[in-house]
Amino acid sequence: MNRLGAGIFLAVLGLVGCASTSNNARQDYGLGRVIDAAEIAQWDIDIKPSGEGLPDGEGTAAAGAILYQQYCTACHGDQGQGGTNDRLVAAFDREVNYSTGSPTRTIGNYWPYATTLFDYIRRAMPHNAPGSLTNQQVYDLSAWLLFQNGVIAENDVINRSTLPQLQMPASGLFYWSDEVVDLATD
Amino acid sequence: MKDFPLLDRREVLKAGLRFSTATLGMGAAGAFGQSVPFAPPDSTKVLGPPPSALGQRSPFETPQKFLRPGTAAAGASFTPLEILHGIITPADLHFERHHAGIPVIDPGSFELMIHGLVDRPMKFTLNDLKRFPATSKICFIECSGNGRQAASLPDGLPEDITPGQLDGLFSVSEWTGVKLSTLLDEVGASRRATWMLAEGQDAAVMGRSIPMRKVLDDAMVVYAQNGEAIRPEQGYPLRLLLPGWEGNANVKWLRRLEISDAPFMMRDETSKYTDAMADGRMRMFTFEMAPKSLITNLSYPYVMQRKGFHEIRGIAWSGGGKIARVDISLDGGRNWARAALQEPVLDKCATCFRYGFDWQGEERIIMSRATDEQCNTQLGYVDNEANRGPGTSYHNSAIRPWKIHADGHITFAMKEVAA
Ligand code: HEC
Repeated sequence: MNRLGAGIFLAVLGLVGCASTSNNARQDYGLGRVIDAAEIAQWDIDIKPSGEGLPDGEGTAAAGAILYQQYCTACHGDQGQGGTNDRLVAAFDREVNYSTGSPTRTIGNYWPYATTLFDYIRRAMPHNAPGSLTNQQVYDLSAWLLFQNGVIAENDVINRSTLPQLQMPASGLFYWSDEVVDLATD
Repeated sequence: MKDFPLLDRREVLKAGLRFSTATLGMGAAGAFGQSVPFAPPDSTKVLGPPPSALGQRSPFETPQKFLRPGTAAAGASFTPLEILHGIITPADLHFERHHAGIPVIDPGSFELMIHGLVDRPMKFTLNDLKRFPATSKICFIECSGNGRQAASLPDGLPEDITPGQLDGLFSVSEWTGVKLSTLLDEVGASRRATWMLAEGQDAAVMGRSIPMRKVLDDAMVVYAQNGEAIRPEQGYPLRLLLPGWEGNANVKWLRRLEISDAPFMMRDETSKYTDAMADGRMRMFTFEMAPKSLITNLSYPYVMQRKGFHEIRGIAWSGGGKIARVDISLDGGRNWARAALQEPVLDKCATCFRYGFDWQGEERIIMSRATDEQCNTQLGYVDNEANRGPGTSYHNSAIRPWKIHADGHITFAMKEVAA
């Protein structure tokens, strides 16, 4: 039986049984249009923790330092110490960070995934010109911030295969709430 | 007031004025004068203005949301809960929290994309979405950071804060749209799917990972709020609605849904909206908003006007379902009595409660405590902190106490309860 037929059948059953079944039984509505891979790619910007979605290219802290001074210092401070907006550099110190009421939570002491950094800078920063950076610039800025936060060494290069491998200082401290614990994969 | 200077009353009246002369039309402006909101001594002797194309508030009513001080494109404004009377929030008083301002989106070219683990990746126009079987839900949206100022260490707790300034990142609307399960049938979502990315079309391209269980249960994409198109601040033309779940996950200006088998670990589910717990670990994906209630009328900055009968009024809600009961304490939490609940009592929605008592000028700490149909009860400050620790200010639902002083003025009394 096709889906429409099944729907009618169920609707009839509903009437016979006096149940208040919905008349919205599964059917094809014929709405919307199917899209191809090229159209999906225009909006599909997320970077998954596996690294899926990362573009070609690689970044270095040295190149990122110059870009940072140019595009980010005004709001986040020249060393990432924070300014009108969020601090972006903090050493990992579990005691200081989690036993007080308003700790600084940022890349070095809180963020569980390095891939999130590339994803977030590319989609949302700089706040006053969102989405304006090239993939190359985002790789370089990510490298500088990871270096400043003690995640990579000064001369390390990040790219689509190294970025997902990076161990973030606080990553082991994250756990999933009871609401979704059964969906956890690791 | 340190953080939230109260509006100067004269400023409010002036604002009302500009409003009234600008909107009442020629005849009204002539009849009502130019400088103060004016009511004729006997309204039965003056012909009023004709019907209007768009209704307006009385010029004597000038409600305002509270803007978080220094608020910018990444900022918030709070619903003035203390001036509302029912469960529905007027759409222009719905709280706002944006990460990169309010985008302007043309409904004519708008499309929603659904892709990932699906048989047919598709895009739907707004008109397509309006043609699917429609459904409505009256429910709350509460920001996960609501009540943050009640989550401070005792020393930092404010005393001169209004219910709206404290907990006004909470609003209720009737939302209308399409069940997400209907759309997922249309694209043929895989049975392997466990998570869905919901992503907005704002300048932050804000995204959140949502468990498919919720998506298939009662999630909707909604295009209407209180009977008309959603307000720009609320996601025009389309937002995700996850009844009872933290506000941030109800992604506004929705443009993309990606069906997957793992969460995406977006910035706003890792760096933000996670709870640093007392044991030093960080809890992710706390979605359901816990039972909570709030006395909205006998609260700062209200001053008791006279001795005698007073009615405590407030709202209670839970992301876990319907409110089962609300209890009131007039003595700082030692004794409790049941408040009357006002119908309708709806699933994942505000429920109004009321409780009358006699005040003879004595000092009292009054508070309310909500219990939902799952038998989950709102905790006091101490138990709430013990559960979570001082490291997180998200998901703060602790009991809100107010102190009535002998001279009748009222302050927020969390500090005294916490000490
Ligand atoms: C005009 C001010 C401004 C500029 C310039 C700016 N940012 Fe930001 N940044 C912000 C704001 C505001 C936020 C917080 C947004 C929010 O809360 O949603 C933020 C947040 C961030 C965060 C997340 C912090 C956290 O711990 O969650 C990162 C990372 C970041 N910015 C990186 C950058 C980089 C890299 C640049 C330069 C390319 C940059 N920003 C330029 C304003 C700015």
